Formats: sequence, C-alpha cells, structure tokens
Amino acid sequence: MSLNLSPSSSAKRKGEIFLLYTFSALGALVLSALIVEAVGANWSDVWNALLDGSFRKPGRWGRTLGSAVPMAMVAVGTIISTKVGLINIGQEGQMLVGAAFAAYMGAHVPGPGPLVIFIVIISGFVGGAFWSGLAGALRYWRNVPEVLTTLLLVTVAANFVGYGLKNTWLLLDPDAAVGNRTQVSQQLDPDSRLPRIDIFGNNFSISVIISLLLIALTFWLLSQTIVGFRLDVVGQNQKVGRRFGISEVRQGFAAMCASGGFAGLAGALMLASGDFAKFRLVPGFTVNLGWTGLLVALVAREKVLAVIPVALVFAGLRTGSSFLAATGVERRVTDVVQGLLVLALLVPPAVLFIRDRRRKLAQVESRT
Amino acid sequence: MGFLEAIWDVMSTESAYTAATRFAAVLVFAAVGEWVAERSGTLNISVEAMILAGAFAGAMGYDWTGNVVVGILLGMGAGLIVSFVQAQMSHRLTADQFVVGLTLNILFLGVTSFLYAEWKPSSRVASKLEIPLLSDIPLIGKALFGQAWPFLLLYLLVPFAWWLVYRTRWGLEVRAVGENPQAADVSGIDVNKRRRESIYFAGICSGMGGAYLLLGQVGRFDDGIVAGRGFIALVAVIFGGWTLRGTIFGCLLFGSVLSFRLTLPGLGYELNNELMSSLPFLVTIVAMAAFAHKVRPPGSLARPFVRGLK
Repeated sequence: MSLNLSPSSSAKRKGEIFLLYTFSALGALVLSALIVEAVGANWSDVWNALLDGSFRKPGRWGRTLGSAVPMAMVAVGTIISTKVGLINIGQEGQMLVGAAFAAYMGAHVPGPGPLVIFIVIISGFVGGAFWSGLAGALRYWRNVPEVLTTLLLVTVAANFVGYGLKNTWLLLDPDAAVGNRTQVSQQLDPDSRLPRIDIFGNNFSISVIISLLLIALTFWLLSQTIVGFRLDVVGQNQKVGRRFGISEVRQGFAAMCASGGFAGLAGALMLASGDFAKFRLVPGFTVNLGWTGLLVALVAREKVLAVIPVALVFAGLRTGSSFLAATGVERRVTDVVQGLLVLALLVPPAVLFIRDRRRKLAQVESRT
Repeated sequence: MGFLEAIWDVMSTESAYTAATRFAAVLVFAAVGEWVAERSGTLNISVEAMILAGAFAGAMGYDWTGNVVVGILLGMGAGLIVSFVQAQMSHRLTADQFVVGLTLNILFLGVTSFLYAEWKPSSRVASKLEIPLLSDIPLIGKALFGQAWPFLLLYLLVPFAWWLVYRTRWGLEVRAVGENPQAADVSGIDVNKRRRESIYFAGICSGMGGAYLLLGQVGRFDDGIVAGRGFIALVAVIFGGWTLRGTIFGCLLFGSVLSFRLTLPGLGYELNNELMSSLPFLVTIVAMAAFAHKVRPPGSLARPFVRGLK
C-alpha cells in the first residue's frame, strides 16, 4: 500500500503530517480554552491547576501513574484487536468482568500472598477474555458484528456484576451484608495486594512496572515475531492470509480474547493496587477508565509504544481535574478537553488518506 | 399464582401500558432517525450523544423562555450539531464511523455535564394533553393519547419518515446508497452526501427524542438521563430487521421490558432488576445470533464509501 514517492517528497510528507497533527491538537486546545473563557474563568489558571494537580504538587504524579496503568492496559488490548481489523468497543464491560473475576478469586482462594496476587491478576485476564470472547465467538460463529455485541455487553456486564454484588454467594462481602445494604465485595487481604513503591513522596503500586513490562512484551510480540505478523496479515488482506495458511477465525478470535483479556487485566490491577475503591469491588468500579483507555488507543493508532505518553496525558487530565475547584471551573471540563483532543486527532489521518487517494488517482489518470 | 397470572395482571393494568409507551416513545423518536441513517449505510452509534444533547438543549430552551416548543426546537438543533460532526468526520473525511460515534458519545457526556454544572438550567414536565374520545379507550387510551403533548409528535414523525424513505426520490437514493454505493455512484448519486443528510435526519429525530425525554417525562436534566436509550434504539432497528414496522415493534417490545422494572413491583411481583435491565441487550444479541442469516441488512451497512475503493 506504499506510495511511490521520491525521497524529497517523503520529507515533505513528514512535514505535512507534523503540521496537520500540530494544528489539530492546537485547534482542540484553543477551543477548550474558549469554552473555559465562555464560562467566565481564566484559561491560564485552569492550565496551571491541571499541571499542579497532575504532577507539580507533591505526591501527584504517583496518582497520575495509578490512573495511567489501567488506561494503558486497555489501550494495548485494543491495539491487538484493531490489528486484525476487529473493532472492540466494550472494554468498560470487559474490565468490570475482569475485576469481578479477580475479586471473586481474591476472596475465595486460600494460599500464600504472592500466589493469590498472581491468581487474582490471571483471573482478571481470564474474565475479560471470556467477556470479549463471547463477542468474538458470535462474530465468527454466527456472523454477528462484534462492534454491536461488545458495546451491548457493557451494560449486561454492569448489570450482572451489580447482581453479583447483591449476593453473598457471588461477590458481596458477608460482613458488609450483615451491617448495611451497601454493595461491596470482600476486601483483598493485606498480604495479597500489590506492593506499593514510594519515591520522593509519590506513592504508586508495582502495577506500573507490570504494565511497562507488558507493553514492552506486546510491542515485541507484535512487531518482531510471527504472532504479530499473522495478525497483521489477517488484518491487511485475508486472501493472502488464506494462501499462507493463516486461519482468519483463529487469529481473530485469539486477538479478540487478548483484547478483552488486557481490559480485564486492567480491572484486576486496579483492584489489586488499591488506587480506586480500597481493594474492594463496587458498582461502577471502572469509573470510565475503560472508555478512556479506548480513547488512548484511538489516539495512539496501532503504535504500542505511543500508548505510554498518551495514557500519561489523559491520566494527567484526570488527576489534574481534582485541582480545578479553586479556579471556579467544573472538573468535568477535562472530559470536554479530552474528547475534543481525540476528535481533533482523528482528522489528520483521514485528511492524509484522502490526499494520498487523490494523488494516486491523479497518477493513474496521467498515465492513461 | 404463577407466570400466566402475572402476565394477565400486567395486561389488565392501565398504568402498565402508560409506562410502556413512555419508555418506548423516546426509543421510537431516536430509532426512526437511526433507521434512516442505517438504511443509508451508517451504523450511527452517536445516537446516545444526540439524545443527550437534545435533552440538555431542551432544558436550556425551557430555562430561557419557559416555552416547551422552543425547548424542542433547540433540542432538534443540538441533535443536528452532533450529527453534523458525525457526518462530516465519517462521510466527508474518512474517519471510522464507530470511532467518531464513540468519541462523540464521550465528548457530549462531558460537554453536557460540564455545561449543566455551570449553568444549571431548570425545567419541568410539559402539560398533559388528553385527546377527547381517543383517550377514553380502555387500557390503551391513556397510554397512546393521554401523555404529555410532545408525545403526539410521534404521530407526525413516523408517517413522515415512512413517506420520506419510501415515497420520495431522496428516500429511494438513500436506500440505493445503503444497498450498493458503487452502483449508486455510477448512476450519479452523491453517495456520501446522501449519507450525511440521513445522519442529519437521525440527529434531528434523536434531538427531538431527547427534548421529549426531558420535557415530556423526566423534567430535570442530569447526565445519566439517557442511560443507554440510544443504544437500545440502535438495537431496535437491527432487531426490527431494518424495516420501519419492525423497528417500531422493537421499540415497543424493549420499552415494555424496561417499564416492567417500574410496573411489576407496583403490582406486588418480585423480579430481578438486573436481569430486566439487561434483557433488551440479551434479547438483541440472541436475536442477532439466531436470525443473522435470515434478515438481510442494507448491503453496505457500516462500510465507508470512497470512490474507486471496494
């Protein structure tokens, strides 16, 4: 699919890409600034508050890392399924199911701490993979579009986990059930939680390290090994895949499971690291991190390593938003900024695609 | 005692019908628009955002003027704005329609909840209008002809959509574009333009639905007001096999299932709330899996059209 362009024009093209991205991102930021001004606040105050809240003030960047981990994991999973040309948009649900599996295992499996942690995290992966696997199976077995099933299963997951949190034989903490009618799962034992690290007053769990390792592993698998190559072939051209003896069904189903698995893993890591909800599963546990992770993947566009900076920026927006109260701007403004950024960053690739297409057509026409 | 008795109890209670049509009405507003968009080949998942924007604009309009009509008009305008972004991004630029739709859903959740927190519009439910004679029909009279007056817009919208799609040149072109864009293109139809226009129609309908949801039922805005209704509307179109009749049947079915959460406990029946809320989704998934090869979707549903590319 490469264009036959001379070296000078490829440098020009790189410049074009750079300019397009810069202008789009700037456009989104300017629009956000205008919205902030429109409600009578000062955009530079907001900017400073966001920076303070996300990493300048003591202890803040540890928190930012804590939110960045689940986003990054969800995004990595999404990239895997995009590679084979599947669209998985149900990460929020897969994450919740993963967290539910993890919470169940954490409460019911006896054993030494480290082993339990390991089982908790693995069962998170299994839970997420199961939930997206349903969509994958329907896609290949009954030809049901996976976009719809993954999306619909989000609500189903929320309802089922809600049901589980009302019943002690599933997830509800028996102690909490006696006292009041809150829906919480049993807290993870202190020795089956992920250890936390403290650097310069910034406290974060080792899930940060786990996720970095997983990102590196996925990057290697996708770009350097036959595993990634197979996914690529299926995603690019299924006829070629068939010639190579690569089964579309097998690759697609596996990618779908891996994608949900990473989302489930994100849920399990959230649960085991305790940044959210204090080592317990609660309704709405995933606090929209699944959706945000999906946005991270959309911005990173099939580049696994790009997930890290994008996740950090989005996590920064999230943690920074808690410092906005002093500026008189509602904290939800960061959702607007985030949405606008993603929307703006969808523009450059689309513009480039159309331009390349026009140039190609022009080339063909000039030849005939 | 038993299942049949429960069904009989529900069937013979007037309030059950009223609750069911209330739930179904919003779905119908959105689903009619979504149906047109899907016939043109767009699986438009930003309906959720369109309804939400419509509801918020409805609240703002009512807050400013105290007039329900203004609220509904503003709601339609807000839906149109969302659909404009969706249409331009996915059918002028070639961004993926699901990606755009999803981003819009998240963006407008942020925009409306932010603006609501800043402006705090106050609003209330529009007055009821009972059509004489018709609303006296036992059981279903109040449900169909005794609701808050914006409900009656449905009786205009549904025939209008039918006429538009099946009895105008525009509708024929929309169907052609959804069925076989290559052929439509060759015969001189601007494929992506027709698709954009049908998304605008979806935006207007869904915006109207959002304004009705706010001014006809809930009365006060909050950011969870839509609660997946857009997705259910989208699903109703698929469930209905991409026909208008089927779509409306789907809306009524899902509307009644959702309303059971309210009506059954009132009649003294225990039921599993979580299962009821997920039922429309589960039913649709099962229906899609079971009938996927029997109903035929529009030929190029969810496939972007770029001239010269298959």
